[in-house]
Amino acid sequence: MTQTPLLTITDLVIQAQSDDGPKTLIDGLSLALNKGEVLGLIGESGAGKSTFGLGAMGFTRDGCGFASGSVIFDGIELTQASPKVRRGLRSTRIAYVAQSAAASFNPAYSLIRQYSEFPVLAEGRDRSAVEADAVEAYRRMHLPNPEDIGFRYPHQVSGGQLQRAMTAMAMACKPDLIIFDEPTTALDVTTQIEVLEAIREAVREFNTAAIYITHDLAVVSQMADRIMVLRHGNLVEEAPTAKMMSDPQEEYTKSLWAVRSFKAPAKPLPDAASTPLVSLKNVTARYGPAGPDVLQNVSFDLHKGRTMAIVGESGSGKTTSARCAMGLLPRSAGDVLLDGVSLPPDYHKRNKTQLQQLQIIYQMADTALNPKQKISDIIGRPVTFYTGLRGRARTERVRDLLSAIDLDPNVYFDRYPGELSGGQKQRIGIARALAAEPRVVICDEVTSALDQLVAEGILRLLVKLQQDFDLSYLFITHDIATVESIADDVVVMQKGKVVEAGPKDQIMAPPHAPYTELLLSSVPEMDPGWLDRVVQKRALG
Amino acid sequence: MTRHLRKMPLTALFGFAVIFTYACVAIFAPLIAPYPETAIVGPEYMPWSDEFLLGTDSLGRDMLSRLIYAARNTLGIAIATTLIAFILGCSAALFAATMQGWVDQVISRIVDVMMSIPTLITSLLLLTIFGTSVLNLILIIALLYSTVVFRIARAVAMGIVVMDYVEAARIRGEGMFWIMFREVLPNAATPLVAEFGLRFTFVFLTVSALSFLGLGVQPPLADWGAMVRENASLITFGDLTPLLPAGAIALLTLAVNFIVDWMLHVASGLKD
Repeated sequence: MTQTPLLTITDLVIQAQSDDGPKTLIDGLSLALNKGEVLGLIGESGAGKSTFGLGAMGFTRDGCGFASGSVIFDGIELTQASPKVRRGLRSTRIAYVAQSAAASFNPAYSLIRQYSEFPVLAEGRDRSAVEADAVEAYRRMHLPNPEDIGFRYPHQVSGGQLQRAMTAMAMACKPDLIIFDEPTTALDVTTQIEVLEAIREAVREFNTAAIYITHDLAVVSQMADRIMVLRHGNLVEEAPTAKMMSDPQEEYTKSLWAVRSFKAPAKPLPDAASTPLVSLKNVTARYGPAGPDVLQNVSFDLHKGRTMAIVGESGSGKTTSARCAMGLLPRSAGDVLLDGVSLPPDYHKRNKTQLQQLQIIYQMADTALNPKQKISDIIGRPVTFYTGLRGRARTERVRDLLSAIDLDPNVYFDRYPGELSGGQKQRIGIARALAAEPRVVICDEVTSALDQLVAEGILRLLVKLQQDFDLSYLFITHDIATVESIADDVVVMQKGKVVEAGPKDQIMAPPHAPYTELLLSSVPEMDPGWLDRVVQKRALG
Repeated sequence: MTRHLRKMPLTALFGFAVIFTYACVAIFAPLIAPYPETAIVGPEYMPWSDEFLLGTDSLGRDMLSRLIYAARNTLGIAIATTLIAFILGCSAALFAATMQGWVDQVISRIVDVMMSIPTLITSLLLLTIFGTSVLNLILIIALLYSTVVFRIARAVAMGIVVMDYVEAARIRGEGMFWIMFREVLPNAATPLVAEFGLRFTFVFLTVSALSFLGLGVQPPLADWGAMVRENASLITFGDLTPLLPAGAIALLTLAVNFIVDWMLHVASGLKD
């Protein structure tokens, strides 16, 4: 049986206006999408996934425009359609689910009010009927208290709930096509699994066509019938999911598939009698004098030359533990030891040598580097501050550090952070930490804002630097794959407490503590049948 | 930066041209002006002629010469006042934002108290108490305007001190001055520079208003605001001369605002 595709895109070219003339973002992409079909769009950031997804709605961002090609949705040519026609289609027949639900909801209105906006405005339906629909939709999304949750405001529900409320909202007018733009990227794995399942059920139930944009291969393999791999606005390859996962044709696709294979060499266990380099002993901490304890009796030991990963969901106290160790959040009880010597709770009270030994690398390289300072100053300042090098000696040291992080000193010495890519900025953050000649480096989600290929490069660099400079890492992450590739020891945290701690091989191998089990089993696998199996297993359990 | 300069709109170019001309006039006043600033050179209220291009004022002083010398006084006072207001306001704001806690509270509340009294009334009061010398004028207006500068600079700095790079500097053990002037100030500079232009205009207007009320620049020094007041009665005879100093103020205000608009546009990072 042949059916007319719901959405046909032919040789679409989208260009952006820039100072140096038009820049091509999408270079002649085509696709055909049938009703009830889910298409996965995969690629690194800058590949044009979101631009293409929005283009499928006949929409381009400010400063961009359709240069040629056509987008035909159910017989309507969207690139030529008047704004009124396009506006009429959006949200009623084509819906869009954005990456950050928190930024996409209007904080001044309750969820259900925003849910009913379009059905009431565009379809002229009765508000109370729409609200009854909303409750049903919230139930379908497995939101807690579907009757009441709609009357809350966006800030009163969690990120995962908000993302599901947004998906429910996108389906309010029973659209024929939904575009999901990284709907689970900002979520914890345990929440992600619920959102994925809710989305998939809803799409199947209404026979909705969907475009699912993501950079996470494991996720897309659960959701999509077909996968398109994009790079620099061009199609790399396209195939049904099962074939794409088992037998990718192009080199680029293979490199994406292989990205998780990196493993740091294993290290021998430390001598049990040796003094740990950094040791947290029953640390308790709170924000504000009357706040609840965000850390309760947290203890772990980091030994010299090893990498300890702290894993857990957001809000589990991973970063807070690191901030206590740094002295940014003074502990209210317990002790932090460096080489067996107690560190003052507040960093103001620590001396220069104590500060020098503990350095931190931040998650967001954009805010971690002063945009008004040159790279040579960003790296050079800690050099001068801690080692007293000036003039030529300092320049030499900065150039050495740039070489150590695999950036050409001749090119990058005089640049500003705004002139670097995300991965390069993160490397500068690493160099700044190294410039202090520390013994312990705290890595706070250093790879989570980066593309997988870039992130892998950073991990390899960190492992190399660990050997060269004899460093110990406290590696905070929510990503189990990162733990697998880099950690020697693992601390699992939940709600401000340590669930379990020990060498990686011991923690990652069964039997697990119940929470560790939940965390590990929620990590998506590349196998297309994974989501079904997990959902089934949890339903039984 | 050069990219921005090349793409400068006509309005901003016009603004810079006007300010440049004013600056030249102020600096080379003795060379340009046909007569001295305060000398009585002819009869009172002479009409425009070859001898007195813009006529003479109520005492028989040359209007053109006084207009030129007034650029010196009025502009000089406005620049000095704005500079002091900014140095004072920005330093306090950066200090408050960097220290946070009770330091911030104390400084901010003092500023609140000062801001709760209308500027003109406070300045009239203070000028009456301390006397109407040029120095007092500059210091009093600068102090009052520094409160507004403080508010803006503190708001901008508050957004910057929470950045990771400031935290990185703190846990490196950097001193307060490094954080204030090396980490925070460069990132707050663009909105503050734009604000400088705007405040400059306001200071200028305040000086003119005070001069008009007789508490500003004292005779026989020439000042545009005072010149309007002294010769206002000429208007009734259909003589446009008193409008010239007023026009000089208006033109400068316009020029500065054109530049401010352009700077705000550049700072916002919008592409037209």
